[in-house]
Amino acid sequence: MIEADALCKRFGAIEAVREVSFTARDGEITGLLGPNGAGKSTTLRMVYGVLAPDTGSVRIDGIDIRGETSRARAHLGVLPHAAGLYGNLTARENIAYFGSLQGIGRRQLRARTADLVASLAMEDFIERRAKGLSQGQRIKVALARALVHDPANLVLDEPTNGLDVMAIRSLREMLKALKSQGRCILFSSHVMQEVAALCDQVVIVGQGRVLAHGTLQSIRERGGTASLEEAFLRVLGSAEGCD
Amino acid sequence: MRALFTVFGKEFLENLRDRRTLVSALLFGPLFGPLLFGAMVSRMLDQSVAESDEPLKISISGAEQAPNLRRYLESQGITLTLSSLSEGAARAAVQSRAVQVVVIVPADYAPRFSAALPAPLLLVADSSDAPARKTADRVRQLLANYGSGIAQLRLKARGVSPLLAVPVAVNEIDVTTPTGRAVAVLGFMTYFVLFALLMGGLYLAIDSTAGERERGSLEALLSLPVDRASMVGGKILATCAYMCLSLAISLAAFVVVFRFVPLERLGMSANLGAGTALKFFAICLPFVPLGAALMTLVASFTRSYREAQTYLTSVLLVPTLPIAFASIYSLKTKSSLMLIPSLSQHLLMTSVLKDEPIAPLDVALSAGSSLALALLLVAAIARHWRRESMLG
Repeated sequence: MIEADALCKRFGAIEAVREVSFTARDGEITGLLGPNGAGKSTTLRMVYGVLAPDTGSVRIDGIDIRGETSRARAHLGVLPHAAGLYGNLTARENIAYFGSLQGIGRRQLRARTADLVASLAMEDFIERRAKGLSQGQRIKVALARALVHDPANLVLDEPTNGLDVMAIRSLREMLKALKSQGRCILFSSHVMQEVAALCDQVVIVGQGRVLAHGTLQSIRERGGTASLEEAFLRVLGSAEGCD
Repeated sequence: MRALFTVFGKEFLENLRDRRTLVSALLFGPLFGPLLFGAMVSRMLDQSVAESDEPLKISISGAEQAPNLRRYLESQGITLTLSSLSEGAARAAVQSRAVQVVVIVPADYAPRFSAALPAPLLLVADSSDAPARKTADRVRQLLANYGSGIAQLRLKARGVSPLLAVPVAVNEIDVTTPTGRAVAVLGFMTYFVLFALLMGGLYLAIDSTAGERERGSLEALLSLPVDRASMVGGKILATCAYMCLSLAISLAAFVVVFRFVPLERLGMSANLGAGTALKFFAICLPFVPLGAALMTLVASFTRSYREAQTYLTSVLLVPTLPIAFASIYSLKTKSSLMLIPSLSQHLLMTSVLKDEPIAPLDVALSAGSSLALALLLVAAIARHWRRESMLG
């Protein structure tokens, strides 16, 4: 479970994130939806602890990310916006590198990698250098790398950006499978269909603030329309004063 | 500590697999100096041998007025080309490099010579043309010898001892040893050694920092539960490993190259065997972490591979500054200078080449100051890596 409580972050004169609070529960996929520049990446970076909030806090399975960063991170897998691989290492070595840095022993790492190879269908390219992999294969390796320490929580920042249709589709299947394992998944997107197709909970952010938080159904009701797109635009529009 | 070695292992392996950077780091960088050096010294040898063997050729105008002088010059092994150039024509001929040196015997030479008055001779040469200047120097020397010979004969003829005209007799004693002369030539070899050392780690320093950012793998790495100091330490350690390799290859190449360059023919003996190479390696070793930290620090502040390359090219020149400064002011080895990295390594290596005794204190100061500065830089890098701005 990921709990964000009243997160604020300011970069100079710009208030990037203001009072953002939400809870992402286990066994659910929570989508952070908002236009570009709404503060999604900044929020997620505070969630996985590479940015310190000015005020507010984040707890991963009840552990404060700032107070006990290492312990909290052990419960957290991260797929940042830029999830580049090391081109001269094989897919397996890429995964093993992160596994080792997570403190996993050699034997355990071998077993865990075997599980990931099977569940993400990576048998064909696990021994190949990362620079020769397709987009879909790369996202699998990046995901395996984020999951190597078997975290209960997974954060993904715009994971579908720049992926082709096939890769997006397989990513969706993988996220659903992870959810069914009871993990808590938090991801950001600016594509509404993306969120609609996957999420149990939606947090709509705009101009650094939470504009709406709830199930897809409750967002629709709040917008007073059966179309999620319409509801999304209304929620955003009322915030930006152009309704 | 475990994370540090994991990072080290990964960076080492990744760099090892990159063939292009490997060629540059372990072939081009370390071999550039020795090969250039070998070629340069060989060329210098060829030139000096050719010059001393070759008979001088000059053009002389109005030689019929000075048959004695002509015989004297010819007896000294000079090939004379007889001509009748006016002063203007001689200038033009020298300027166009058709001839190197023209000696003109003016019309009043013979009468003045017979009257025991100073007889004029014109020596036309271009002092900006290095080989011509050497020829002119030799001709000038010969003409002076001829003149003093005549003077002695004239004094004798008048019953005066020629010794009266030689109030002092200067004897030069050149104390340069063959090794010392070699050091003058090998003086900037030390820079090539430091250059090779830095080149070995250049690409890894960029790849493990700016490259990590450009590839988009940095944020994932920073979100791991790993102390940033361990990350930075592992990266710098891997850079150091390649720098040591490059240094070793470079020194081995120097030893091999100098086995084939006949320095003895220049009256030099290069004190450059395996033992010297090992001493060089030991002297340079403390400079390795300093160079690695300096390059990693600079590369950590850049946004892209290209930008890092631009800045690091200037870093490669940094060790030259103290060395250039030292040679301009011809600084001698002093303990206070041992506190300046790169200069201290240069001075120590020069001492080894000269086969001079080296004070253990100097070695300790050199190593200590380099390592202390390296530690400071590593701390600065770790601090920078802990900052949020590192995400970019």
